[in-house]
Amino acid sequence: MTMESRKHPDGPETFVENYRRALDDSGLRGALATATGKALDSRRQAVADVGEGDWERLRSRARAIKEHTVEHLDFYLAQLADKVERGGGHVFWAQTAEDARRYITELAARKGCGVAVKSKSMMTEEIGLNAALEAAGVEAVETDLGEYIVQLAGERPSHINMPAIHKTRGDVADLFTAKLGVERDDDIARMAGLARRVLRRRFAEAGMGITGVNYAVAETGTLVLVENEGNIRLTNSLPRVHVALMGIEKVIPRLEDVDVFLRLLSRSASGQQLCSYLSFLTGVKTSPSEEGPEEFHLVILDNGRTGMLANPHLRESLFCIRCGACLNVCPVYQKIGGHAYGWVYPGPIGAVLTPQMVGRERAAALPFASSLCGACRDVCPVKINIPDMLLRLRHEIKEGVRKSPPRAATRPAHHRLVTDDEADDEAEDELYVAPLRHRAADFVERALFMLWAAAMKTPFRYRAASRVARVAQSLFGRRNKDAARVLRVPRWAASRDLPPFAARPFRERWPELSKDAEEYRAAKIALPGDRPTRDGKGPAAARRG
Amino acid sequence: MRVSLFITCVVDQLYPRVGEAAVELLTRLGVEVTFNPEQTCCGQPAYNTGYRREARAVAARTLDLLDRELRTSDYVVAPSGSCAAMVKKCYAELFARELEERERARRVAGRFYELSQFLVDVLGVEDVGAVFEGRVTYHDSCHLLRELGVSGAPRKLIRAVGGADFVEMSAPEACCGFGGTFSVKHPELSAAMAADKAADIERSGAEVVVACDASCMMQTAGVLSRRGSAVRCLHLAELLVSRGGQ
Repeated sequence: MTMESRKHPDGPETFVENYRRALDDSGLRGALATATGKALDSRRQAVADVGEGDWERLRSRARAIKEHTVEHLDFYLAQLADKVERGGGHVFWAQTAEDARRYITELAARKGCGVAVKSKSMMTEEIGLNAALEAAGVEAVETDLGEYIVQLAGERPSHINMPAIHKTRGDVADLFTAKLGVERDDDIARMAGLARRVLRRRFAEAGMGITGVNYAVAETGTLVLVENEGNIRLTNSLPRVHVALMGIEKVIPRLEDVDVFLRLLSRSASGQQLCSYLSFLTGVKTSPSEEGPEEFHLVILDNGRTGMLANPHLRESLFCIRCGACLNVCPVYQKIGGHAYGWVYPGPIGAVLTPQMVGRERAAALPFASSLCGACRDVCPVKINIPDMLLRLRHEIKEGVRKSPPRAATRPAHHRLVTDDEADDEAEDELYVAPLRHRAADFVERALFMLWAAAMKTPFRYRAASRVARVAQSLFGRRNKDAARVLRVPRWAASRDLPPFAARPFRERWPELSKDAEEYRAAKIALPGDRPTRDGKGPAAARRG
Repeated sequence: MRVSLFITCVVDQLYPRVGEAAVELLTRLGVEVTFNPEQTCCGQPAYNTGYRREARAVAARTLDLLDRELRTSDYVVAPSGSCAAMVKKCYAELFARELEERERARRVAGRFYELSQFLVDVLGVEDVGAVFEGRVTYHDSCHLLRELGVSGAPRKLIRAVGGADFVEMSAPEACCGFGGTFSVKHPELSAAMAADKAADIERSGAEVVVACDASCMMQTAGVLSRRGSAVRCLHLAELLVSRGGQ
């Protein structure tokens, strides 16, 4: 393993460097603005068609189902596993990403699968499955168009459900020319047709099909898969072995609950009323004449999720249905895209999930990458209070409430092979220590906030601090013009003017103001400029004593 | 009716004219205005940065002060949606484990209002007798809009201003990018958001952008002035005490 990959050059720990690169990429910003704008417009229309009231009722219902399920997760997971096994499927409980990777690669070896086709699955990204399969000599082929593009480019998805959102049509045409040896053609339909022809052959060759899971119904053992391209259906039905990978939070109690989530998911993601293809998979075939795979394996993965479950302040992380709406609406995501976040899940929900999965120390910057505007909470189909969880994580990071070791210990393994030192490397991850300059900045920040609190605790010190600021301003500021530079916030001031401290703060003006107001009220006369108001409730009428 | 002003530290130090406007506005409307100069800050900077110990120390003091104010005043009014949201929403979380403070926070929250909300919902006033010749647009501050759910009140007040031509920008609810410590920790991200906001304001053709939070003003006015824009940034209170002209 090279030193380069040990430093994880584009991981969450280098978030600032990552987003600076992204901000400089005007092509990326254009692609993001177009795609997120389109998705948001469609969503807005779809929600309007449902009607505000009905939409809110759906959201509340979905949230109630998630709350109930997560509260009784052990029960529903056991029920699910039992039903799947009775239907002829195999269930594997994976504690860590490594457990899941090992199970799937060993299964492929045992079954003699040289090629595995995959549908889009964030779970497989989370555990770095492609790299593990490659290392085990199994060729993993992504069959979702966006995911296929990303795989050809040797990148990782930059959005939860629009993996290639960062690429323009021209980028894709260039990529296809370079990688598939075809003549350049940037017609979208023809490019999709080309990918389809290439991929159809791979479906026929594959011995294993790997999918994610949208919903796993406990009462029936049914897996629900949502898609628009038809590739999931081919992935789970053509190869001999079907492996489905799900996080423990994907279980829902009853078949009728599926309806609530389906109504919310496609509308939130893309503004569609319903996805183009919807599969309900229950059990494996019982006779050779039936269609479908011969074997079915369900891998149920924890990978840090029981840690979220155990923390009442962050439990809502498990409610996410991966619609991607919070990414689309987030002004930060819109500017920098998904790669800058440095791991699998980007955007607001990524800023909540990543620190919990890879470790709060390693992803310490992410919860702070938000102005806390709250647009993500408003758009979330399950009403996840993302801003509150970001605040909570900030608190845990700064005051070390839960210095949890990274339970997941997985990293973006997409661009490199898993090697024998993988285990060593993960041990190294757990001992992640922030670089000295980050720790120094943290120290200074903490000291500043202690000073701030001390100053704010008594009016005397508050006034003293405000005087010190004014003296500093008059000493160093050129006629109050450059307060920002005086305060040594050059990065802030690079693009904005900062207002100077007022010559006299409000509290010093108050005695006069108070006197004026007193006189005005005593006189009860109209001031110059008073005019009669339209509703009669204006100055004259409201002066009721 | 007696109102105690919670003037907020940003207004006190950087925009005292906003506080003066609030005093004049409320006085004109027949309200007896008081101000307790012992007040400092609501504690939001520390709370938003994760330093809850520091936030709690400052908030406890402010909560105590507000509670005392409400013994002699009917309401507390702040010219800031963000500070109002901190007091009305976050204090409950901050003091979740202290029974007495939590109860006090609940009591104070019920009588703590952001200015526009107070004018429309409590005083029942929309036309305050202001006159302002010019085209005006309104920026929704995130905390006022999404924490307190206030979007109609400021618009009603602006629309009733004599001579003012109210226009919406295309995304009034888009964040200006300030976000407190966010703008200090990630200034480039914050600036990129502010640039979008400024462009949207300019496209609206407005001569003045009105906001209900001095922090949003600081961010937006800072970017507009750096761009050499002619658009002015006013707090709602300033617009509402205008008595003609620009």
